[in-house]
Amino acid sequence: MPKSINGSVQLSVADARLTLTGRLDIGVVGRLDPHAILAQGQGQGVSVLDIAGLSQIDTAGAWFLLDLERRIATRGGSIAIEGASAVQAQLIERVRANLAPDDIPPPPRKSPVDHLEEFGRKTASAGRKSVELISFLGQTVATIAGIVVHPKRLRLTSLVHHCQEVGLNAVPIVALMAFLIGVVLAFQGSAQLRQFGAEVFVVDLIAISILRELGILLTAIIVAGRSGSAFTAAIGSMKMREEIDAMRTLGLDPVTILVVPRVLALMIMLPALGLIADVSGLVGGALMSWIELGVSPAVFQSRLVSNTDVWHFGVGMIKAPFFALIIGIIGCYEGMMVGGDAESLGRMTSTSVVLSIFMVIVMDALFSIFFAVVGV
Amino acid sequence: MAAADQDRIIRVRGLVTRFGSHVVHDGLDLDVRRGEIIGVVGGSGTGKSVLLRAIVGLLKPAEGRIEVFGQSVRDTSDAEYRALRRRWGVMFQDGALFSSLTVRQNVEAPMREQLQLAPDLRETLAAIKVRMVGLPENAQDKYPSELSGGMRKRAGFARAIALDPEIVFLDEPTAGLDPIGAAAFDILIKQLQNALGLTVFLVTHDLDSLHAICDRVAVLADRRVLAVGTMADMLEVDHPWVREYFHGPRARAALASSVTEGAA
Repeated sequence: MPKSINGSVQLSVADARLTLTGRLDIGVVGRLDPHAILAQGQGQGVSVLDIAGLSQIDTAGAWFLLDLERRIATRGGSIAIEGASAVQAQLIERVRANLAPDDIPPPPRKSPVDHLEEFGRKTASAGRKSVELISFLGQTVATIAGIVVHPKRLRLTSLVHHCQEVGLNAVPIVALMAFLIGVVLAFQGSAQLRQFGAEVFVVDLIAISILRELGILLTAIIVAGRSGSAFTAAIGSMKMREEIDAMRTLGLDPVTILVVPRVLALMIMLPALGLIADVSGLVGGALMSWIELGVSPAVFQSRLVSNTDVWHFGVGMIKAPFFALIIGIIGCYEGMMVGGDAESLGRMTSTSVVLSIFMVIVMDALFSIFFAVVGV
Repeated sequence: MAAADQDRIIRVRGLVTRFGSHVVHDGLDLDVRRGEIIGVVGGSGTGKSVLLRAIVGLLKPAEGRIEVFGQSVRDTSDAEYRALRRRWGVMFQDGALFSSLTVRQNVEAPMREQLQLAPDLRETLAAIKVRMVGLPENAQDKYPSELSGGMRKRAGFARAIALDPEIVFLDEPTAGLDPIGAAAFDILIKQLQNALGLTVFLVTHDLDSLHAICDRVAVLADRRVLAVGTMADMLEVDHPWVREYFHGPRARAALASSVTEGAA
């Protein structure tokens, strides 16, 4: 008596024949239990698997039949598949030819030594990457020096385009960011300084922190996120489409054409953006001081001029081109490192942003030490 | 008549597609019969790939009716469309493999989305499909970027047949392959068509493929299907483009080689 083991396939056992009827396809196979089927056939010495009643089998169905056959063989029995139509037999044979080879070695387990080796490899590759990055920096600087000697090599149109892209178009976001930082500093500073009756020192707090550190640092971080990533994505997608290789075969130097205009544009525009950030940060701070502490803009201005050394501004501005160089070089270098697949483009873009922000902060720390030593 | 209707697995009537003011198809009719390999040819820009996209529902035609398995592709509910989609597989030009997945995971992807299968079983079945398209065992765990163009195409084919579809749509499967690789791919298509009972909708430029494996050829020109028939029929068609295509030096070479192969 046929027993339905599933909605669409039935099983019956009689006279040493295991008979399957119905459909045996990928939707059914997943819900079948080979153990249950084997258990049914076990006691009766089944030697024939009759599939004449199967209306439809697909690759998964054929695999299932072969899997049953294999399971019986491993128990020392044997079973013959009978009743397949010509098409079904062809399919079964094709699947049989493509079963997993028996001698697949199991994947080797990782020992502690392997982990150590991996760590070593990663360290070595990080070291190699630093060397490559520095040589890329050297190449770019050499190309820029070459341009100073032969100014005609400069791609002026490209430079102006990138100046607009990284500089002018970033003005609103940079100005707003710095304005809000000024507001926050004034607000937080006044709350603390009021306890000592030293409200007026809020001007010094704002001026020094914005001019010396925050204005340029936060601008650099925004530019790294905005333009560094854009550099990597643009150069990376050109690399993917073999445009960089095409340039080289045409005798065009990708560093001159792609990297130098971007890096120069950043070096020109980042100080300008830093200046804008300084001004709008001070405006934000002055506004909040006026509202919160009643420090009038006139008082703010006179205290700013008389009490803040111009070197605070100088220190901020000196750092700007260096930050720009870091962002530009890392952005372009990571773009050049993009491989053939879309995955690496995304990975390199995020590496570029993270690495350039990190390096900007490291550089800022080094500058702090340097200026402390020289006493500015 | 009813039997003949059932035989038509794809039925396109009065298809109009346009991009802005540019009309690609204007009143295009095409029938595909169950179990055949139909080759769709046409000059660049005649909308071969657009036709493929319209049939599988990636692109909405301006007018016309497209039926697959007797069911309209356009006017269906989402659930019906999903069920329909399970019955065909598409291979895009360069394989269009997911670059973040290995070859086997690519083949597993449709199984994962459409069926509830145990991970072991899914992996076993996907591995069989990868071997079926003739990829070596070490390609299973490779990423698409580590494969050659020909291997990527094979992997794309494996993904297209992952669910044992009734129809496979192949977009220029032999483009960019060397002649030996292209001939091997032709044989592969033919073998799997036999084994899996596929209907194959083949967009191609490759005259050798047309001679070697296509049961019928449909020629796209002047924004519609200009002629449908066997290769022998095509040689009789009196249209400048068709004449040039099927009587040109390359066509004669392809014909000659297919004749000698047939004799051997």
